[in-house]
Amino acid sequence: MTRARLVLGAFLAFMLVAPLALPEFHVTLLNYIGLYSIVALGLVLLTGVGGLTSFGQAAFVGMGAYTTAYLTTTYGLSPWLTLLIGLALTFVVSLFLGVISLRLSGHYLPLGTIAWGISLYFLFGNMEFLGGYTGISSVPAINLFGVALDSGRKFDYLIWTLALLALLSMHNLLDSRSGRAIRALKGGGLMAESFGVDTARMKIIIFVHAALLASLSGWLYAHLLRFVNPTPFSINAGIEYLFMAVVGGAASVWGAVVGAGILTILKQWLQDLLPKLLGQSGNFEMIVFGVLLVLLLQRAREGVMPLVVRYFPAPRKPLPASVPALPRRVRPAAGAALLELRRVRKAFGGLVAVNDLSFAMTSGEILGLIGPNGAGKTTVFNLVTGVLPAVGGEVHFRGERIDTLSARAIVPRGLARTFQQVHLLPAMSVLENVAIGAHLRGTKGVVSAALRLERGEEAMLLGEAARQLERVGLGTSIHEQAGSLSLGKQRILEIARALCADPVLLLLDEPAAGLRYQEKRALAELLRKLKSEGMSILLVEHDMDFVMQLVDRLVVMDFGEKLAEGLPQEIQTNPVVVEAYLGGVK
Amino acid sequence: MSALLEVRGLCVAYGKVEAVHQAALRVEEGRIVTVIGPNGAGKTTLLAALMGMLPARGSIGYAGEDITRVEAEQRVSRGLCLVPERRELFAAMTVEDNLVLGAFHRYRKRDKTIAADFAQVYQLFPRLKERRRQLAGTLSGGERQMLALARALMSRPRLLMLDEPSLGLAPLIVRDIFRVIAGLRDTGVSILLVEQNARAALQVADYGYVLETGEIVLEGPSGDLASDARVIESYLGLVSGNPD
Amino acid sequence: MNAEIALFLIQDGFTNGAIYALLALALVLVFAVTRVIFIPQGEFVAYGALTLASLQLGKLPGTAWLLLGVGLAVAALELTQALRLGAAQRIPAIIFNYIVLPAALLGLAWWAAPQKPALTLQILLALFLVVPLGPMVYRLAYQPLASASVLVLLIISVAVHFAMTGLGLVFFGAEGSRTPPFSDAQWKLGVLTVSGQSLWVMGASLALIVALLLFFEHTIYGKALRATAINRVGARLVGVSPAMAGKLSFTLAALIGALSGVLIAPITTIYYDSGFLVGLKGFVGAIMGGLVSYPLAAAGALLVGILEAYASFWASAYKEVIVFTLIIPVLLWRSLTTHHIEEDEE
Repeated sequence: MTRARLVLGAFLAFMLVAPLALPEFHVTLLNYIGLYSIVALGLVLLTGVGGLTSFGQAAFVGMGAYTTAYLTTTYGLSPWLTLLIGLALTFVVSLFLGVISLRLSGHYLPLGTIAWGISLYFLFGNMEFLGGYTGISSVPAINLFGVALDSGRKFDYLIWTLALLALLSMHNLLDSRSGRAIRALKGGGLMAESFGVDTARMKIIIFVHAALLASLSGWLYAHLLRFVNPTPFSINAGIEYLFMAVVGGAASVWGAVVGAGILTILKQWLQDLLPKLLGQSGNFEMIVFGVLLVLLLQRAREGVMPLVVRYFPAPRKPLPASVPALPRRVRPAAGAALLELRRVRKAFGGLVAVNDLSFAMTSGEILGLIGPNGAGKTTVFNLVTGVLPAVGGEVHFRGERIDTLSARAIVPRGLARTFQQVHLLPAMSVLENVAIGAHLRGTKGVVSAALRLERGEEAMLLGEAARQLERVGLGTSIHEQAGSLSLGKQRILEIARALCADPVLLLLDEPAAGLRYQEKRALAELLRKLKSEGMSILLVEHDMDFVMQLVDRLVVMDFGEKLAEGLPQEIQTNPVVVEAYLGGVK
Repeated sequence: MSALLEVRGLCVAYGKVEAVHQAALRVEEGRIVTVIGPNGAGKTTLLAALMGMLPARGSIGYAGEDITRVEAEQRVSRGLCLVPERRELFAAMTVEDNLVLGAFHRYRKRDKTIAADFAQVYQLFPRLKERRRQLAGTLSGGERQMLALARALMSRPRLLMLDEPSLGLAPLIVRDIFRVIAGLRDTGVSILLVEQNARAALQVADYGYVLETGEIVLEGPSGDLASDARVIESYLGLVSGNPD
Repeated sequence: MNAEIALFLIQDGFTNGAIYALLALALVLVFAVTRVIFIPQGEFVAYGALTLASLQLGKLPGTAWLLLGVGLAVAALELTQALRLGAAQRIPAIIFNYIVLPAALLGLAWWAAPQKPALTLQILLALFLVVPLGPMVYRLAYQPLASASVLVLLIISVAVHFAMTGLGLVFFGAEGSRTPPFSDAQWKLGVLTVSGQSLWVMGASLALIVALLLFFEHTIYGKALRATAINRVGARLVGVSPAMAGKLSFTLAALIGALSGVLIAPITTIYYDSGFLVGLKGFVGAIMGGLVSYPLAAAGALLVGILEAYASFWASAYKEVIVFTLIIPVLLWRSLTTHHIEEDEE
């Protein structure tokens, strides 16, 4: 039994006994911590993991609370029905807000959330039928299997059961195919997109998910207090929810509970202490919260959870021994036409980066694309992979025109790439990083992940990742953090990740840059092995030694144009190429 | 002759990945020293660390002082100046404002000789004078490199560090730029030159270092380096013994 | 609604809009130079207004004590850093700037407040007490995180807003204040009555905008700020330190904020926490300009002012709802017109 399980067991036992044993006041605190944990959990996902910030969660809490308060008091509907209605309403509103603000760059979302957070608060306060600023009272108690949950002690069980279920499903979600995609949003968006992750959709999913959790908390709140008014749903409450998520940190889903606990208890304590110290009453805890948060972000950006997690090392999950392999795509015969660029053109402002470039490659070939720095080689890669749109010309891949497609649509056609600047998620394990490459070879979504209905597929995806790591010679490092690998191994990791997408054509952008001599030899060895297994490779590289002994043919670029094309020996003696490369002072 | 720049045991890391390891190099007053090496060897990182744009371990001695912990802006006012690979011009400002900002630390010290330097810089780059009211973002690649150099000169550097000044430029312009660099030495400016174009760099420099995977693997007077078999094979020609 | 009311509302809208425009410009400036979304801007408005109100009552404003307190905190931070870097020569300047000067200002305010000097002097004193808080707040909260992402800086901003609002309550109390107008003059322009105070507000705003323009176009420090906004790395390479640019832009923002507070104090009652909503209205304007365009931000802010004036006439209870809901169509419009390229931010 691990230490983590022991602590978890003790916690659950405590939660079972606490409502019966503790004094009323402490049960109330515990209830609030539970309610806040649910909201903070959504923010751990949204902000901590996904990198999107919302100050407006209190408005969603209010939406859940007011929906049930109004419908149960005015129309006498069952609270269980109003829970669903509240969640549905929140779903629609958050989807709408998410769609319009998530498309914009990072800071518009939090600003937008502040604005509609304020707006909804005033709306609650001014709507006659919602009771204005006095609010709605005599909200009915919830009946569960004939038991009326009419005291804080009884209600505690409902709050914490739901909170723990939310926690568990979130834990499951993050440890899945969708979870990896979500974790890639922060700092790996471009990379994830190039392996077929619909990052815009993922952002909306986590935004809506966080809003639904907030709405659930609001429903609980209304039936716990049996009364609602606008104050607890103000923008300040929204800001405090975010503080909880930041204080706890995203290192674990338990960060939500820890953050909610710390802030709730601290607030209680400060509200007793500060007015006595200052001799007047008011929300002086705001000062402490503000200063505390600034210090926390300056000194421990990840919150308190990383300090806690350190004492509970996660056990290394053994890989499933034998899982069926994922189906592979049909591969073209050696020598078949594979990739063709026809007069492709790209300009940035007035600068023509790629100028009517044409070349073709066949299946089973290693083609080198060389040229001086700034010649436009990486731009060619970005055009072929759909990261950048071309302004002219066509790109054909296996007989299909692909320059009109998005990066996400190109991957499943059998094209995968590595990056010149290594793009990986340093805090994730090597295995999980590589598994992102296989994203499009799985289909199971967020709901099945949260309910653990996708374990079979997940095992196949991880199995594929492990197989590709084995193939490139990183089999011994699969459990290490990707960020702790040497640059050479990180580049190899990128190749394994690309292989996970089951590509027909591999595009490698300067894979040998920054590698040591031995590492370069190992890389060349690996690429030869891949070729012998039928892989086609398009290679941008600077190291002439490396290129010349590896490639079948070369295309030389300079100033965005094709300077020459041919076998390595021909290129080496081509006077035009020699001049472009050397171009010295005479 | 005393060393203007004396670097010992310099290590620079991005997170856990070390990009420059135990580098040691000297630039003597009034000399051109070049650092050559393949892409990704750590050349740009080395210059950024010398300029104070990246934190580094080890020691950087400059004009008899240890400046390892001195801020980048302070290094500028002591006469270090870096022309980076990406030029880093102020695209939405005029050519003239870019030059004015080049002399920022001198304006702060109420230096009276700035106007004379404008005249000198415009004489060196007449194209910039023609375009002085134009926005820097509208210049061609060659003009941008000239502006980057000119902006650097406006700071009155003692040690000028150039990162790939030939990058993305047509051979004719490269020759112009290197002519200017050679001319600068005669005015007493010391130069540390990082180049992919090893041949051009070794022709203009007095001394050279070869940087590979973050470590200095070879050094010597540039004439010696230019005739070193290993350098010839890796950097000077596509084929060993290339006739030239 | 007749023409008279319509014109009155437009005048009212322009008066408030002029203030929002000033704030919007400051927000764009701070964001462009430091990438900080300056939520606490509103607190400077409230501090400015309440400091002036205290002075008019002949009382020592709480901000004088706050300035000394914050000064001591900055001094402690700077001194530890100077000692760690072995830069002992900086110590006298640190003590002078962050301890002696705030203490001197406290003394001055303590001596001058009961004598109720002329309005201009009161305003000057109020500005001297509030504006230095700008760069000090930058030093304490933002400078150690200057390279953090926009989102982290935004969370810092909200935390600073929280702390400053709480401090406002400590130093000014919960009661609101309204200062007497600068001018009681009224002019008849056809059906419209123009108040002297409105003219003051609009005139002062315009003058400040022109002054800012001249500063950016014609001074070396103005150019340095523009350079930092355009290219941070380039600015460092020519010796413009981000810390210097940050402090300077925060000084300007604090000046604009405090001056807006002084201008708005005779128009509405200001409480310790009123600044937040006032500042956010500047924000709605600034967001219309995408947080980058000065003219669009100013125009957007004027629009917010006019919309608010009409909203308070037709549906006064829903005034704030209408103004802040405006951001949704604005975001929608921006998301449809902006082609956003995915940029990875840690």
